[in-house]
Amino acid sequence: MALDAQAAAEATNALRGLPRDDGGPVFRAPWEAHAFALALALHQRGVFSWSEWATALAAEIKRAQAAGDPDSGETYYQRWLATLERLVADKGVASAETLHRYRDAWNHAADRTPHGKPIELKPEDFER
Amino acid sequence: MTDHHDHDHSELSETELRVRALESVLTENGYVDPAALDLLIETYETKVGPRNGAAVVAKAWVDPAYRARLFTDATAAIAELGYEGRQGEHIVAVENTETTHNMVVCTLCSCYPWPVLGLPPVWYKSAPYRSRAVKEPRGVLADFGVTLPDDTAIRVWDSTAEIRYLVIPMRPKGTEGWSEQQLADLVTRDSMIGTGLPNAPEAG
Repeated sequence: MALDAQAAAEATNALRGLPRDDGGPVFRAPWEAHAFALALALHQRGVFSWSEWATALAAEIKRAQAAGDPDSGETYYQRWLATLERLVADKGVASAETLHRYRDAWNHAADRTPHGKPIELKPEDFER
Repeated sequence: MTDHHDHDHSELSETELRVRALESVLTENGYVDPAALDLLIETYETKVGPRNGAAVVAKAWVDPAYRARLFTDATAAIAELGYEGRQGEHIVAVENTETTHNMVVCTLCSCYPWPVLGLPPVWYKSAPYRSRAVKEPRGVLADFGVTLPDDTAIRVWDSTAEIRYLVIPMRPKGTEGWSEQQLADLVTRDSMIGTGLPNAPEAG
């Protein structure tokens, strides 16, 4: 099965709350599309089913609401990202520590990259 | 007013850092094929943003007061239509005229006026475009099938983390009396990056 529009349509059908228009999912920023595509890829690898994902996402939304999140469309992909992080850790794909280490490395990479150059992750970004 | 040009390194938001972290870990683990990921994301490029931008351009073509506001404070004028980006990002509208053609480049995928243009196309992020746009803009335009008169000056704008540029192309001839909606349909994404021109009205 390819990572394609059909897979995206399937996800859109399976997930009621997904921001969309007539043509499929819509995104407010590039990172949202990346987060969407990552979930699609993990689903295709069989890491989770869409119903499993929906349950985890609903739990994440509930947690955020309890903490005062207005749960507008604007925060949907924030919750989506948190769900991704939680599920990859729960499934043993990548631990929270690993993700954190990579997050710091990317931050380091951005810091040392002059504006106008593509940001690339290098081994030295992990040594600090 | 602060100087927006004094940042000499790149910035990623906390959210972007987390997404990138996930993407690289999952790629290294073999869960994600980055090429397949790019391909999927590319299918969303043209979906949302460019229609927002087209509405802005069409309004600027028919409404002189809006046009004036757009060139004074594009961020506010664009927000009037309900399109808002992150705080701290300013959009500057640059006007194409008979004598000047504007073209936008940025080397970071994040430096793109996504509230009005959506996701950056893959070629916009590619090394050849980034390096050639400044050095030989006419050659780049030719690759996109755009030929300008020799006496038209080409200005290339390099986006920064804080300033994104939106090209306002010239209104196509033969569209007198057209509605904003009709005009918006002529506005292409590339015409707002400066690597294209708006579509011509269909003959007849």
